Amino acid sequence: MNFPTGAGTDHCKRMKLLPMELILGEVPWIVVLIILPLTGGMACFLFPTISKSLGLLTSLAVISCVWGLGWQLEEDGAQRYAIGGWGAPLGIDLYADGLSLVMVAVAALVGLGISVYSSSYFRRDKANHFWPLWLFLCGALNALFLSSDIFNLYVTLELLGLTAVALVALADGSEALTSAMRYLLINLMGSLFYLLGVAFLYHSFGSLDIAILAQRVEPSPAVWAAVGLISAGLLLKTALFPMHFWLPAAHASAPAPVSALLSALVVKASFYILLRMWLEIFPIVGISFAQLLGLLGSAAVLWGGIQALRQTRLKLLVAYSTVSQLGYLFLAFPLGMSIAWKGALYMLLSHAVAKAAMFMAAGNILAAGGHDRIADLSSITQRLPLTLTAFSLAGISIMGLPPSGGFIAKWLLLEASIQSGQWWWGAILLLGGLLAAAYVFRVVSHVFTQAEATHEAREVPARMEWTALVLALVVIFLGVFASWPLAMMEIGSPFGGGS
Amino acid sequence: MNWNTALPLMVLGSSLLPGLMIFFLSEEHVVARTSLNLASAILKIVLIGGMFWGMLHGHHYESRLALLPGLDLVLRAGPLSMLFVLLSAGLWLVTTVYAIGYLEESPYRSRFFGFFSLCVTATVGIALAGNLMTFLVFYELLTLCTYPLIVHRGTEVARKAGRTYLIYTIFGGALLLLSSVWLYTLAGTLEFTDRGFLSGLDTSLHPTLILIFALLIAGLGVKAALFPLHGWLPLAMVAPAPVSALLHAVAVVKAGAFGIVRVVYDVYGIEFATDLGLTLPLAILASATIIYGSLRALFQDELKRRLAFSTVSQVSYIVLGIAVAGPVATIGGLIHLVHQGVQKITLFFCAGNLAETLGIHKISEMNGVAWRMPWTMAAFTIGAFGMIGAPPLAGFFSKWYLARGALDAEQDWVILILAGSSILNAAYFLPILYIAWFKKPPDSWPAERSFGRNETSWALLIPTVVTAMMTLALGLLASAPFGLLEWASQIVNRGFAQ
Amino acid sequence: MSYVYLYALLGVGLFVLGLNALIVHAHLMRKILAVNVMSTGVFLVLVALSSRNEGILPDPVPHAMVITGIVVSVSATALALILMLKLNRATGKNELPDRSRD
Repeated sequence: MNFPTGAGTDHCKRMKLLPMELILGEVPWIVVLIILPLTGGMACFLFPTISKSLGLLTSLAVISCVWGLGWQLEEDGAQRYAIGGWGAPLGIDLYADGLSLVMVAVAALVGLGISVYSSSYFRRDKANHFWPLWLFLCGALNALFLSSDIFNLYVTLELLGLTAVALVALADGSEALTSAMRYLLINLMGSLFYLLGVAFLYHSFGSLDIAILAQRVEPSPAVWAAVGLISAGLLLKTALFPMHFWLPAAHASAPAPVSALLSALVVKASFYILLRMWLEIFPIVGISFAQLLGLLGSAAVLWGGIQALRQTRLKLLVAYSTVSQLGYLFLAFPLGMSIAWKGALYMLLSHAVAKAAMFMAAGNILAAGGHDRIADLSSITQRLPLTLTAFSLAGISIMGLPPSGGFIAKWLLLEASIQSGQWWWGAILLLGGLLAAAYVFRVVSHVFTQAEATHEAREVPARMEWTALVLALVVIFLGVFASWPLAMMEIGSPFGGGS
Repeated sequence: MNWNTALPLMVLGSSLLPGLMIFFLSEEHVVARTSLNLASAILKIVLIGGMFWGMLHGHHYESRLALLPGLDLVLRAGPLSMLFVLLSAGLWLVTTVYAIGYLEESPYRSRFFGFFSLCVTATVGIALAGNLMTFLVFYELLTLCTYPLIVHRGTEVARKAGRTYLIYTIFGGALLLLSSVWLYTLAGTLEFTDRGFLSGLDTSLHPTLILIFALLIAGLGVKAALFPLHGWLPLAMVAPAPVSALLHAVAVVKAGAFGIVRVVYDVYGIEFATDLGLTLPLAILASATIIYGSLRALFQDELKRRLAFSTVSQVSYIVLGIAVAGPVATIGGLIHLVHQGVQKITLFFCAGNLAETLGIHKISEMNGVAWRMPWTMAAFTIGAFGMIGAPPLAGFFSKWYLARGALDAEQDWVILILAGSSILNAAYFLPILYIAWFKKPPDSWPAERSFGRNETSWALLIPTVVTAMMTLALGLLASAPFGLLEWASQIVNRGFAQ
Repeated sequence: MSYVYLYALLGVGLFVLGLNALIVHAHLMRKILAVNVMSTGVFLVLVALSSRNEGILPDPVPHAMVITGIVVSVSATALALILMLKLNRATGKNELPDRSRD
């Protein structure tokens, strides 16, 4: 684990740079990334009349911040920033390496898509509530991906959970409120497990900073208890089988853009924390735990896929697809090689974009037809070619067929499973792909029927259709231009040296 | 970027971009759509012609894109690729004309032609693929692009056929993916190399390589309709005739066979494959398919289904040629790739003409139809005799080379298979000809459409006649200096030790 | 120092009790209270474990954590209560409906 010195080491070098690069180099993008959405959220709350424009502006600004951060990471390697100038162990540190960069980049990209989609989706009264909540959630996400302090992670996790619950409850209706309540209770339960684990960890090693803990950690009963508690809490939030029961209802009953951000981003946050801890702190834990995660992941892949096939409503189908796809991420744990981590991360990245596109497409279908019963989709789907194209392209990634990000991820994970001799995880990957093909084509085949395009369908704003399509196209591009994101993941070597 | 790197991409783009544009055209823009279709088909042939000419003059065409560390997407022009790509592009032009005529007044034409163009793009990608990864990418793309064409009509039957098609092809694709990744971890590369890249591997890996070969053949065999993976093909006949023509002559089935050629020659290498003992089982499987397909064809009354089973049988000639593992037999297999394509497309065009003009779908309805549609049935006769293997038609040469190759390689039993299947071919084609030419026509046809003095519309007739002419030409010109035989020999020589 | 561990154990005990109540009871108010009991348990653990040897002031970091945690807990409880009220208004019940096993 390296301790990079942060920005601005060689002043002579800087003198010769252009103003643009000076700005890029000197501004602490890592902090701006957190403060910007929070400020934006507050501004949206205070000025509801211009909240839509403020929201879009903030999303755009976040993208440029990510780009700035990426530039800094390219130039100087991994970044560490001490908040307030106090350093760890007492102060709170922010840390950015390739892994966090990929996460904030995904959040920013998908976030922009969601912002654009929501600007057309919500009516005035709902929009006033949506924008502040959404921007706070953005801020929480960014803070989570950039924190190096495990208690800070708890705070961000809670903020994330509360805003997500509030967003789910935006949909009104008893179904949404029920799933929001259940989601809230689950969130609180998970966070408390996590916090108890943090308490034990702190007591054992005297620091809350991940880097410092990584150096000090030693096996002991307290640490094992802590690891167990933290993992339990995070797995509950990531909806790993069998703790996935809350997810389909919550993701399906929320408004479409909220479903998108839940499936794409929120569940990935707790996974990220687990991954971080696993890479830095948990290596003392024995192999049995990794195999357990792989086993549960496989169960998730198969169970989620089978359940998705049985659904009668589109949004529930997509939600169960999330349960299934999340299972893939856990296959990397028993494989444990650098290539497996990269594969899982690429899967995370592709799934985020693809699932967001899919939920947006489902939202369009729901908006046009007033219902999302799969059996009756034929007439609506004929009217929405752009949306169905988006759904199909996203589906290609979910199935893991080329050319898509999902295919690249599948290839990497297969390579890892064959190389390490644990071929059964590869078999799960392939089976999951077959199940995914079954449920994706179940929906897509409705386009090719003899049903007449219905005239009762409501108009879907072009912006909503195009956002879904653009995000779906991004996933296809991820399948062709894969070397750049893969190189990005390497910055700061979060996965250790090769193998 | 110079011509050498740009040209393969341009060849791909010549159908990809117009295809995407066609999706956005509304149904009424007939002229725009037709012009786009024809223009892109012609452009593609021109570009490929240019690439071929350049290749003959020593230019090296290759486009690369880094996909994963150590693996690129590669498009490369070589003798084998050019064989397949010229076949595809040429037949695509003909089929485009045919499809424009066939689908006049049908709904969803923009959607159809969009996917049609994407299919050809995928096929060209398969042809030009320079490594197994690129092949896999375009192979799966082909599955995705052909599905909408099969279910185009939207009927329950079409959708069921589409579902079956998907089940077979996606399963096959998964096997292909597994084998590709496995080979990559073992060999560290997937580039197609003359004489293969696997012979240098440690002998302890040989059992694994045999297993991988089986997986590869299974994955490719789905599309190549090897027994018992052929189940989707007869069902896919519900698609409109241009789709059946394209699928059976060029795109899907040939892609599978082409893949098998690539695997045996440029991944394993023919000598290594023989050493591992892989060629004999493959030959047996191919022979079984040949006989099975011909037998099933005998009992079909529906014309397109009989032709479908005939395809199942005929494509395996290509695989048999490869599996017999001698240079002469391989030449036979390769030229049959072309011949079967041209002949089969002729037959399907005729079937389409009969269905469109007279509403005939069954052979029992074809009494005396030759006097009503002489040009069509003449073309059918040529195609049928080619299939049977009568000289001087194209099919004769393929079978002759296959037989001679079998003798050379001391696999005499293959001759029995060839002879047997030729007899069966005659058994299921000659009755059709007899019925069409010599039986008394009924008083009225099932659903006649009049085209004035012509037997059917120009757009349907001309492609049929053209491909029939090509069958004749390929046969007559087979031994000519720049003929197909020369070309095939060149390809084959690269695969065998000098 | 043994009494410190007694407090810590108490905290864990509260946590477990709260967890049990959260899972077992159906009424939402009880569930919300159960979450609060759980968080109190965690805070108790934190405070207890912050104790150091006689004569030295206890470690302030866990205290800071507890204060932050209390703030978070209050906001979460507020949200939970409002949700419960809205749910009551929408469905007339104070319980989460029994989902069919999926």
